Amino acid sequence: MTDTNVITASPEGRARRSPTFTAGAIIVGLHLVLGLLTLVWTPYDPAAMSGGRLEAPSLAHWAGTDRLGRDLFALIMIGSRIALTVGTGAVVIGAAIGITIGLLAAFASRAMDDVLAAGLDILIAFPTLLLAMLIVASSDGASLWTAIVAIGIANSAIVARLTRILAKRVLRMDYITASRISGTSWLGVVAIHILPNIWPTLLVNLALQFGLAVIAEASLSYLGLGAPPPNASWGRLLQEAQGTVYTAPFGAVAPGIALVLLVIGINLLADGLRDIADPTRRRRR
Amino acid sequence: MSSLLSIEGLSVHAGGRALVTDVSFSVAPGERLGLIGESGSGKSLTALAAIGLLGDGLKASGSVLFNGKQVIGARDRDLVPLRGSTAAVVFQEPLTALDPLMRIGRQVAEAVRRRAKRDGRPKDDAVVMREVFSLLDQVALPQPERIAQSWPHKISGGQRQRAAIAMALACRPKLLIADEPTTALDVTTQAEILKLLGKLVSERNMALLFISHDLPVVANAVDQVVVLRHGRIVEQGRVDKVFQQPSHDYTQNLVSAARSFDDALEIAP
Repeated sequence: MTDTNVITASPEGRARRSPTFTAGAIIVGLHLVLGLLTLVWTPYDPAAMSGGRLEAPSLAHWAGTDRLGRDLFALIMIGSRIALTVGTGAVVIGAAIGITIGLLAAFASRAMDDVLAAGLDILIAFPTLLLAMLIVASSDGASLWTAIVAIGIANSAIVARLTRILAKRVLRMDYITASRISGTSWLGVVAIHILPNIWPTLLVNLALQFGLAVIAEASLSYLGLGAPPPNASWGRLLQEAQGTVYTAPFGAVAPGIALVLLVIGINLLADGLRDIADPTRRRRR
Repeated sequence: MSSLLSIEGLSVHAGGRALVTDVSFSVAPGERLGLIGESGSGKSLTALAAIGLLGDGLKASGSVLFNGKQVIGARDRDLVPLRGSTAAVVFQEPLTALDPLMRIGRQVAEAVRRRAKRDGRPKDDAVVMREVFSLLDQVALPQPERIAQSWPHKISGGQRQRAAIAMALACRPKLLIADEPTTALDVTTQAEILKLLGKLVSERNMALLFISHDLPVVANAVDQVVVLRHGRIVEQGRVDKVFQQPSHDYTQNLVSAARSFDDALEIAP
């Protein structure tokens, strides 16, 4: 394949040539399909005792049953939905707050920039778990929303710092000055030059943040700070299986596998996205 | 003839340090003025101050009348329309002067569209694209259709600089600021770009502010020169007079250095 052909290929064509993207898309797509399927169908009623207690995986129960005799595969499917919901919500919140603050900091005067940067450093140093506890404590109790907001705010600090650095680098370029001289307003500069130029890197970072958000959600749920029952989060499945890990190890292994698979899938997707999103990258191949 | 750009006692400070001190000159429509001096002598800063685009932490004082408006102390919002219709810049390094993630045609089209919007002219795609192709043609780019479809990193340095000039022309400026436009190019391309700039400036009766440290280049490109050193004007006047009978030591050094360099080239086999 010659260089020219790769350059002129459409984004879709490039996606086909990126095996990491394809692998990631298949894994994440599988989770998405299973998660969405739970809205209309699960193999068993996830709240009902559909088998014996702590059964091993079988044809009837693909992932076995938990200590209450509920079908684990149905619970894990619902866990996919919860994980993807929290991940999406957290990334949307993180991107909205983070990109806005990052751009403001990039354009701000030096004093204002220092204040924002210091604030972001403090927020980054603040553990997500502690932030989540604070938000849970100051609201009516743990819910899907407190988890999304807590993880989203923690995300936003990292996104903001990255946006600030990337935007500053673009702002130093002559084409920004040329554009300013020809009379483009700051908002125009952001829309026409800055966002398109920082988007590839930002997109990859957001995808990585998505993976981290999924892990953070599992940790919060494990500690009882995430979505309360009846939401079947992977973190809570792990926590519930902890007591019986020696008699029925698969109860702890199955949600773990689901979690690891999703995070790996997202990371592969992020890697593939970088190749696709940035047209200047391919000339170095 | 009233001048397009009139600078009186311009100084630029960074913190307590003076970078440009008491610089005065003016450019009339159709006039070509060269700002020369070594690196760090304040040439580019003077040009940026003239259009109110100094970076953070830099303070300008004095008076800059640009198209009859005071630039020093003006709010950025008031300067945007002034800049858009009056000035355009061609930079030294054409690679950073073009957005790497935008095809050439779209970059030029953005500039054409901005200008059309300001003039209240129609800006539908067909009209804009026709003007884009015409501009690419005016800067003597071969196969405008192909260039318009190219990414900046896929064309040569000389072609990039021509594309950057096309973008500058799209603004229909009264003043073209050329900040070392030929420094990053090889000698043959330099000569072509200079010829092109000279032709475009005289065709359109634009004023040209040409910034360079390269004396032979300046001598060919402008009528008047201002020699800067450490942010101060050491000499100014008609280019032939300044270069043939330099009155200041610094200018004499610059000229004799350029001469001996030329001589060395002629002696070489």
